[in-house]
Amino acid sequence: MPAVHDRGGLPTDEPIDRSDHQWEDWEHVTNALVGVLRRQGLINVDELRRGIEAMAPEEYESSSYYERWSASIETLLVEKGILTEAEIDAVAAKLDSEWGR
Amino acid sequence: MGTLGFRAGDPVMVRATEVGHHHRTPWFVKGKQGKVRLVHGEFFNPESRAHGGDGLPKRRLCQVEFQQRDIWGALYRGSANDVLLVDLFEHWLERP
Amino acid sequence: MSDEHPPLIHAERSRRATRILAIRQLLVEKGVVTTDELDDIIVRARARTPADGAKVVARAWLDEAFRERLLTDARAAVGDLGYPLSHDAELAVVENTADVHHLVVCTLCSCYPSSLLGPPPDWYKSFAYRQRAVIEPRAVLREFGLELADDVRLRVVDSTADIRYLVLPRRPAGTEDLGEDALAELVTRDSMIGVAEARSRDRV
Repeated sequence: MPAVHDRGGLPTDEPIDRSDHQWEDWEHVTNALVGVLRRQGLINVDELRRGIEAMAPEEYESSSYYERWSASIETLLVEKGILTEAEIDAVAAKLDSEWGR
Repeated sequence: MGTLGFRAGDPVMVRATEVGHHHRTPWFVKGKQGKVRLVHGEFFNPESRAHGGDGLPKRRLCQVEFQQRDIWGALYRGSANDVLLVDLFEHWLERP
Repeated sequence: MSDEHPPLIHAERSRRATRILAIRQLLVEKGVVTTDELDDIIVRARARTPADGAKVVARAWLDEAFRERLLTDARAAVGDLGYPLSHDAELAVVENTADVHHLVVCTLCSCYPSSLLGPPPDWYKSFAYRQRAVIEPRAVLREFGLELADDVRLRVVDSTADIRYLVLPRRPAGTEDLGEDALAELVTRDSMIGVAEARSRDRV
């Protein structure tokens, strides 16, 4: 069975939805982070793809495009020792509480 | 690897290997026969760069043409002339 | 974006969205990235639109020498027009004619000639397009409103590696008197992906 990202020719009856969504702020941030991290040589595009392909298949399929990038950036930064999961957890929790969740 | 030296017009067979690491060969061309249409040049090997390597030696990237019917068989309902062009690194290609 | 208090739509933010904003905050705090660098990329990403690709196509329709160069050495040709490409990927231009039609897809992810077209439309990144464009491309084209004659050879290009493909659509009939700007108006994003033809002049 092909890997979850290797999608060419997989059967589907789904029509092509040609509507475009408005980018949210975090999507711009995700895109820009990849740009800066690539420019600095901290990650490369092949690693970014590998990180996306390493997602659990269900998560890959249920995530939006930049959610997949976000997951991969996190994987790579932790793997390279630039950030830790604990640090990200802590700041994410703080952001959630600030936003009233 | 680099010694195969594929050129435009060469018939090629795509390796049917299943690999666990990151690579850029779609499943549907594995084990299929096609023809080199052109050679784009040499590029870093993504299979190395995705996993912390330097991507060297660079690998030749070939644009390979497949007949759609050879890929999908009777599932393909377009015209018999229709083709699929896929960029493949030379180390995925063999002489048939 | 450099505002430290991210605005908007908090309630609907997904877990992944929150985590990337946390990552951004941490990277800024540690001095790995600066907000200026991020803003710069955001601004530049927004500035790129299919209008750039359309100018390249219009020039190719008018200037035979440029067209040939574009088809054989796209990087140099678009560089001449003032569109320097990044070194992240190479560019190749494929030409649609009366006999051959090209359609571009990336089945493995979403490779796209963003340097000339801006960010890809959502449908280009969708599973439906990635799955169907290789196995039933004529049905996909029909969905986009393009019925291809049986004797036209359809070449689907799967951009799997370092090459980004731009389609050079056919010049619409009856446009001999039009200049570059007017021609560029006829060149749509979709025609440069290959899911459509360029517009005819009465439909602008």
